[in-house]
Amino acid sequence: MSIEARHITKHFGAFAVLKDVSLHVATGELIALLGPSGSGKTTLLRIISGLEVPDQGSGQILLHDEDVTNRHVSMRRVGFVFQHYALFRHMTVFKNVAFGLQVRPRKLRPTKRQIREKVHELLKLVQLEWLAERYPAQLSGGQRQRIALARALAIEPKVLLLDEPFGALDAKTRQELRRWLRRLHSELNVTSVLVTHDQEEALEVADRVVITNAGRIEQVGTPEEVFHHPANEFVMNFVGHVNVFHGRVEGDRAFLGPLEVEYSGQPQTIAQPARGLVRPYDLDIDRQANGKSGFSATVQHVNAAGPHVKIDLLADSGEPVHVELTQERFRTLRLTLGESVFVCPREINVFLGGQR
Amino acid sequence: MFQRKSPGTWQTANRPVLATTEPTLIRYLLAGVAMLFVTLFLLAPLAAVFAQAFSEGIAVYWAALRDADTLASLHLTLMTAAIAVPLNLVFGVAASWSIAKFEFLGKSLLTTLIDLPFAVSPVISGIIYVLFFGLHGYLGPWLAAHNIEIIFAVPGIVLATVFVTFPFIARELIPLMQAQGTEEEEAALSLGAGGWQTFLRVTLPNIKWGLLYGVILCNARAMGEFGAVSVISGHIRGLTNTVPLHVEILYNEYNFVGAFAVASLLTILALITLVVKSFAEWKFKQELHAIRM
Repeated sequence: MSIEARHITKHFGAFAVLKDVSLHVATGELIALLGPSGSGKTTLLRIISGLEVPDQGSGQILLHDEDVTNRHVSMRRVGFVFQHYALFRHMTVFKNVAFGLQVRPRKLRPTKRQIREKVHELLKLVQLEWLAERYPAQLSGGQRQRIALARALAIEPKVLLLDEPFGALDAKTRQELRRWLRRLHSELNVTSVLVTHDQEEALEVADRVVITNAGRIEQVGTPEEVFHHPANEFVMNFVGHVNVFHGRVEGDRAFLGPLEVEYSGQPQTIAQPARGLVRPYDLDIDRQANGKSGFSATVQHVNAAGPHVKIDLLADSGEPVHVELTQERFRTLRLTLGESVFVCPREINVFLGGQR
Repeated sequence: MFQRKSPGTWQTANRPVLATTEPTLIRYLLAGVAMLFVTLFLLAPLAAVFAQAFSEGIAVYWAALRDADTLASLHLTLMTAAIAVPLNLVFGVAASWSIAKFEFLGKSLLTTLIDLPFAVSPVISGIIYVLFFGLHGYLGPWLAAHNIEIIFAVPGIVLATVFVTFPFIARELIPLMQAQGTEEEEAALSLGAGGWQTFLRVTLPNIKWGLLYGVILCNARAMGEFGAVSVISGHIRGLTNTVPLHVEILYNEYNFVGAFAVASLLTILALITLVVKSFAEWKFKQELHAIRM
């Protein structure tokens, strides 16, 4: 079941939440909508589900090439998973999961026995069969969200929509559920859209990532594409950590804070404001200047816990700089606090124009 | 989702000694003052009502209750409540549903208007109806021409009661429904439930104890309302006298036993209200507690 959103525009009052957004999700794909708060990602998801309607006369929603723009949410058969679970608090887990089957019109409703079997099958799928008679408040956050997912799957949805499903959970549970969702998705193969503001989550779970910002889509691509080949400054800044050096481009040279590098784009005859973005792991540290373009800085803080060593430095020109080294490289260097070192970028992305 | 705290239910059994707590003496003193007030101003009058009612024996008490006019007033009061409470039930649920779950033009106006009957003196509510439907009022001549009686008749009493008891259920439900939000309803809709199914299966069970509480308060007021009904009823014995009005008439006629006998009915209603109310509260907490374990 594919999902297609065509030219969706949505205003809340005078505020434009979505500005002519189009998106296509292929059958069986798991897509993540990733963006800062207020970028319109949740609104887009709710419009796909039918919980929200696009502006009068704007846009279309197609599920499996069928126009459902004017179809009520209850007739769209979408599985929707809410950030705060939205389990029915006065019903047991069993009744929560059975709800979607029990509200069907009499003719389409499965028998009691069929419902019972289906519910237990789903509870087995989310590995929580033993909780059937509990109430939602008796469950942990992670368990509640798995039940919410089972409930959404009970109606055999055409598509699965997840609105920040792990947003309210602690870091460890979030990590576990993320992996679990990935496995579940490859098992069920239901077309899914996941909204998140957690880039790690998006990159780890999704087949493709859609980066949203201020009501528009900035880039659509595989996690690798958006991470390594960001379409623009916003994407590079939002996905992964960066050091930003402010400066200008003049001719074919870029003067960015303490750095001077070659500018590979169109040479600028008039000086243009510009920013250079460098990933922390694209910065190397040396004892002395090595002939490469770089700058000197002082070591301020070292965090060696984790696979990489994170080092905070202060450039002599005053900018704070973050560098990530491999443990091996760090051991070779034997850096000490307060030491003056030489920092040089392996790769730098230069973006022209005013600040976005 | 279940973070709502019912004030101080859990900790009382095993309260830790806090540095900020008052000395024992002050605590007993404060509690003592409160108890004294309750006894003086609530319990004593309550006892006095029954003492007066039975002052000439149970036979006289019974006779007073079995008086034709008393029975008629009882009948009228019960009927009025039977109309006003369901009407306000429907209105209250509809109003709080729309205020808590939707954004619409005039929402703040509606929220303010719901409080109007609390803000205005009941006598004035009664007079407004007289002004409107009375013989010299705006609609009076038309109503008279069509032989419709509102003022000094049962419809007027019902109208005034509906007006006065209008806020009870809505005010009980609005904060509750606002706290619960709309996510559960949205979930129900996305699972294929229709609007009515969503209301019956999701919204209603979530508000049932709050609703019962509002209904009880509404009912107590509907049966006990004096001011507005007094203005509009015309005090026609056996026809437009409700129980509170009947009590006043008997009292003014120096029929103290009769007045207090009928008053004891209202007092019993008050006691039943309190019991049911406590039960509803207890049930509500018990349910929450079970869910929260």
